[in-house]
Amino acid sequence: MNPASVQAATPREAGGPLRLALPRGSLFEPCLDMLDRAGFATAEPRGDSRALIFDLGELSVVTVRPSDVPTYVEAGAADLGITGKDVLIEQSDRAVYELADLGFGRCRMVLAARAGSDQLGEAERRLGSMRIATKYPRTADAFFEAAGRQAEVIEVKGSVELAPLVGLADGIVDLVDTGRTLADNGLEVVDEISVCTARLLANRVAHKLRVDEIDAMVERLREAAA
Amino acid sequence: MSQPIPRGTRDILPEEMRELRAIERALGELFDARGYGEVGTPSIEYHDVLELGEGREGSGGYRFFDESGAALALRSDMTIPIARLAASRLAGAQAPLRLRYSGSIYRPVRPQRGQMRELRQVGVELIGAEAPAGTVELIELLVGALDAVGLDRAVVGLGDADLFRQLLDEFEVAGSARDRILVCLEAHDLVAIEAEAGDLAELGEAERMAIVALSSLRGGAEVLERARMIGGEAVERASSRLAATYEGLEAAGIAGRVQLDLGLLRDLGYYTGAILEVYDPALGHILGGGGRYDDLLGRFGRPMPAAGFALYLERLHLAQAEEERLSKQAASSHQQAASGDGRGS
Repeated sequence: MNPASVQAATPREAGGPLRLALPRGSLFEPCLDMLDRAGFATAEPRGDSRALIFDLGELSVVTVRPSDVPTYVEAGAADLGITGKDVLIEQSDRAVYELADLGFGRCRMVLAARAGSDQLGEAERRLGSMRIATKYPRTADAFFEAAGRQAEVIEVKGSVELAPLVGLADGIVDLVDTGRTLADNGLEVVDEISVCTARLLANRVAHKLRVDEIDAMVERLREAAA
Repeated sequence: MSQPIPRGTRDILPEEMRELRAIERALGELFDARGYGEVGTPSIEYHDVLELGEGREGSGGYRFFDESGAALALRSDMTIPIARLAASRLAGAQAPLRLRYSGSIYRPVRPQRGQMRELRQVGVELIGAEAPAGTVELIELLVGALDAVGLDRAVVGLGDADLFRQLLDEFEVAGSARDRILVCLEAHDLVAIEAEAGDLAELGEAERMAIVALSSLRGGAEVLERARMIGGEAVERASSRLAATYEGLEAAGIAGRVQLDLGLLRDLGYYTGAILEVYDPALGHILGGGGRYDDLLGRFGRPMPAAGFALYLERLHLAQAEEERLSKQAASSHQQAASGDGRGS
């Protein structure tokens, strides 16, 4: 079989436990807390094992990067997945079903710049365009396009806060939790783009073919998240 | 040095081509036996003609100009060209027309998503046969086609393209709000539906709940009862249409292969009434789809009810390979268990 032929297939047994993709990182703990409340034993994934797949009885849990969750779910390598809305906005063309807002992991996607400076405004007035560093290039593009403002979006993979400090960009678009990292680096929020929480996703085919299992699991997780 | 080909296209080598042709042949023989004659249409058409069929602007992904400056486009599906053909070349032919095809379609892709620009489709169009009988004939043929290529676990989802359009009319939701909700429904983004619906003055709590509940209703005949309990004229009409089709499927003995799905929507502009999607448990992607397009032929000047389906050839092949792998795995674990009992061969 040629793996490049069509999007990835689902090499696995039908009828096994549902597979849930969980995001490693800041959402991981609250996800496991939710699974606890839903009656699953999460000691194993909480441990310092390097394993990536955990058997929780009715659920098989796989742990991946938050931005990879939609990839696994779209291809059917996981039936369900949890990730932040920020990831889903950035990957808005993914063919996955967004079934529930789990409410936790609340963050804001913001436009930020150096505190007390008018660097963004000045760049816009004098140069006609702002340079914006971000890990979320599509989110940033969509925001500026909707606002009718010109921006040159520069994609970076980490430590976005550095960019305005060393002259790579006039401002940043980034996800902010407490705002502490911004403050520590002398940055302030200029504009709020969206509020992002953890979302529960499902693969389209699994949602159609494993109706009762999916519906029951979604209800169970939704109640545990509330 | 190896020269590249465009992202989202691919070459096919003899071993794979043999297997793809075997699938095509199995489907072609079945369709021929049921009286569906094969037709071919050009890969490029006038852009205006495709857009007329689509019923909305911005159809297709690849447009260019010919020597005289006329806008051409690569076809992005097979149904519109065949509707054009049926309304013109076969204008004098006695309905119903039973046509089959196998060909490539072209769709725009997002970079680095593994999406294909060129997809091979095999399918049929049944033109001039009304619902529900025409729909039942089509689904029967679809189930037969899945069996013919060894996918006897595959399931056909059956929904109604008019349900939510009529429901939103009934709730007096119009304009851009209506479009936004339909987009959310098509993507099955339940969180966004709740948010959009919550922002609308036209929709009360009960209406919002009805939309969300309907979009998740899928299963056997009991689904229609549950839908009717939600109430409303649009739901009643859609349920009646689905019930009439389902009765025909039961009579044909294939209702067990069909899942009623009130949340099913497809993003093509021409569907009316019954819509179809095909799933196999071994593959995370949809194998194909189709539905009724009772207004499309009229756009080309020959009003006739019609319906059709298309299967993605490469995905059928992938599903076949997965199903084979799974059954081999099951057989070998069965054999191990048997030899463990001392009864193995």
